[in-house]
Amino acid sequence: MDKAQRPNQLLRNLSAKIAAIPMILTASVVFAGGTVWTVVYSFTDSKLLPRERWVGFDQYERLWSTNRWLISIENLMIYGALSLIFSLVIGFVLAALLDQKIRFEDTFRTIFLYPFALSFIVTGLVWQWILNPEFGIQSIVRGLGWDSFTFDPLFNADIVIYGILIAGLWQGTGLIMVLMLAGLRGIDEDIWKAARVDGIPVWKTYGFIIIPMMRPVFITTLVLIAAGIVKLYDLVVAQTSGGPGIASEVPAKYVYDAMFTKQNLAQGFAGSTMMLLSVLIVLIPWAYLEFGGKKRV
Amino acid sequence: MRIRTMLLASAAFLVTGAAQATDLEVTHWWTSGGEAAAVAEFAKAFDATGNKWIDGAIAGSGGTARPIMISRITGGDPMGATQFNHGRQAEELVEAGLMQDLTEVAERENWAEVVHPKSLLDSCTFEGRIYCVPVNIHSWQWIWLSHKAYADAGVAVPTNWDEFVAAAPKLREAGKIPLAMGNQSWQSNGAFGVMLVALGGIDLWTKVNVDKDAEAAGGPEMAKVFQAAAQAREFSEGSNVQDWNQATNLVITGQAGAQIMGDWAQGEFQVAGQTAGEDYSCLPGLGVHEIISTGGDAFYFPKLDDAEKTAAQLELASVMLSKETQVAFNLKKGSLPVRGDVDLQAANDCMKKGLEILASGAILPDGNQVLSPDTLGQIDDLMVEFWKDTSITAEDAQARYAAIIADAD
Repeated sequence: MDKAQRPNQLLRNLSAKIAAIPMILTASVVFAGGTVWTVVYSFTDSKLLPRERWVGFDQYERLWSTNRWLISIENLMIYGALSLIFSLVIGFVLAALLDQKIRFEDTFRTIFLYPFALSFIVTGLVWQWILNPEFGIQSIVRGLGWDSFTFDPLFNADIVIYGILIAGLWQGTGLIMVLMLAGLRGIDEDIWKAARVDGIPVWKTYGFIIIPMMRPVFITTLVLIAAGIVKLYDLVVAQTSGGPGIASEVPAKYVYDAMFTKQNLAQGFAGSTMMLLSVLIVLIPWAYLEFGGKKRV
Repeated sequence: MRIRTMLLASAAFLVTGAAQATDLEVTHWWTSGGEAAAVAEFAKAFDATGNKWIDGAIAGSGGTARPIMISRITGGDPMGATQFNHGRQAEELVEAGLMQDLTEVAERENWAEVVHPKSLLDSCTFEGRIYCVPVNIHSWQWIWLSHKAYADAGVAVPTNWDEFVAAAPKLREAGKIPLAMGNQSWQSNGAFGVMLVALGGIDLWTKVNVDKDAEAAGGPEMAKVFQAAAQAREFSEGSNVQDWNQATNLVITGQAGAQIMGDWAQGEFQVAGQTAGEDYSCLPGLGVHEIISTGGDAFYFPKLDDAEKTAAQLELASVMLSKETQVAFNLKKGSLPVRGDVDLQAANDCMKKGLEILASGAILPDGNQVLSPDTLGQIDDLMVEFWKDTSITAEDAQARYAAIIADAD
C-alpha cells in the first residue's frame, strides 16, 4: 500500500553487483585465500610438496639466521630508498624541464619513456653489457686514453646494487616523468600568473604551490615505485644472477630459489610472508592517515 | 575461404588420425651443440621402435628447467618422460606416487646386473621398486690444464695439486689467471667438493656427506680443505665470467692456467679442436686421489592415464638402457655409459682415464645422491659467498659449513 517503500539495499544496482562477482571471487579466493594458505604453510616443514607437519617458527628462525636473506633485505632497503628518491626527483625535474614549452617536446618525451616499453630482462641484459668492464663504459673510456679508469659495478660486491639501481632508474623514471608531466599540465595557468604577479620566485612556486597541488599524482607514482621495489627480481636475474657471490641477492629471488631450486616450499613461504609483512607495515599507517582522516573534511 | 579452412582442418585431422605411433613428449635441458646431438641419438632409437619422440628441450640449465618440469608434473600436465640428475631431485615426486613404476622392465632386462656402478640403480629405487633409468655418468673430479698458459709462463704443466699451487705465482707474473672460475654458485660448490674428495680423502667425504657428521665437518682434516679453498680463491681472482663454458674458454685460449670442472668441459675442448695430452691435460681427482663421482642424468616417467602411452614409456625406458643406444649417446655426450659391458673404442684419452677409474671401482656417489636439494642449495650459497668475498676467513666458512651439515636432512 505504501508505494514509497525503501528499496531493498541488496537489489540496488543489481547488474553492477552481478558483474562484480567474478572479481570479488578472484580477490577473496585467489588473493586473500592464497595469502592465508601461504602463511599457514610457512609453519610446516613442507619440502617439494606441501604437507601439514607443523614446526612452529623454525622456518622463520632459519630465515633470519641465513646470511643470504639478511643481505637480500639490506640490498632491498638500499635499492628501495634510493630508487624512491631518485625516481621522484629525476622524474619531477625532467617533467618540469619538459613543461617549459620547449621545442621537440614529443621527441624528448618518447625518448625518455621508451625504456619503459622494454622488459626488465632486456633492460638487465643491456646494462649488463654496458657495465661490463671488457666492452662497456670502462673499455670505451680506456680507449679514449684514461688507462687507469675503472668502472665495473657489477663485479664489485660493495657497489653492485648501485649498478642494478642505474638500470632500474633508466627503465622506470620515464613513466614517472610522464605522470608528473600530466600532473603539471593539470595545474591551471592562472595559478602561475597569480604567483608571478605576487612576485614569488619560480622555485618557491614549485615547492609550495605546485607540488602540494600535485599530491594525487605523487601518491600514484609512489605506489607504482613502491610496487616496483618489492617485486625487484628479473632485473637482478638478468644483470648479475645475484652475484658476485651473493652480493646482489634480493628477497624475491631468495623466495623463488627456496621454493623451486632448493625444493623447500615452507622456507620460501616464510620469506614471502616476511615480504608481505613489510609491505603491510608500510601500507597500514599510510592507509590510516589517508582514509581514516577523511571525516574531518 | 571458410570451406578451405574446413578442408584443411579435416585434412590435418586425417593425417594425425592416420599416425599409429604413440607420441611421447620428453623434457630435458640438453641444449648445447654436443648435448643436442646426443639427445638426437635417443630420439632416433625411440622412433625406430615405431613410436614418436616429441622433443621438449628447456633451455637454460637444470636450475631453470627443473622447476618447470616439477610444476608440470604436480600441476597435472605430466610429460611422457623427463630428465633429472641422479639422486634426490625427484625423491618426493616418487614418494607422492606420481612416477611410473619400472620394476617390471628392470627385472625382465636384468638391470640389477648390467647397471654399473650399482649405486646408480639404488638412487632410482624407492621401497624396493625402480622408478628411473640412469643414462650416463658425469664426474666432477677433474682439473683441466692449459698447456699454452704454462708454456707462456715458462713452467712445466703440473701433474698434481701441489705442483699447481707452486706454479701459480709464475702464472700471475705472466699475467694469467691461475684458476678460471665462473661466478655461479653451483660452480664454486662443485669445485669445493672436488677439493674435499681430492685433498681430504674419501673417508672424510663419506663422514661429512653421507653420515652428516658435523664434528668431522668442523674438524682439523676439513680445515685443511678450507685452507686450500681459500688459496684457490686467491688464484681465481680476476676471472670475471659467469658461465662455466666461458671459464673453460679462458683455459682453452690460454688466458687461465686451469679450471676445476666436471667432464662435460671436455666437449668444449673438442669443439675448439684441441687434443688431450697436446693442447690440454686432465687430472682426475686433482692428481692426488684418483677417484671419480658418479653423478649424471636419469630419466623419470610420470604416471599417465593412457595405457598406450604407458606401454610406450616402458619401451623408451628399455631403449635408453640398451647397449647400442648407450654407446651412441655417450660418445656424443662425452659422458661414461652406465653399463659395464659396452665397449667405447672411440673414446678419447680423458674419457679412457675415466673408464679405467670406473672399472677399478674408485668411485663415490655424487652430491645430488646423498644430500637433499635444500642442503645443497645452502652449501651453494655459502660457497659462492666465500669464493667471492675475501673477508670471510676459512675458519668462518668452515663453522658455517659445519652448521649446515648438522642440520642436513
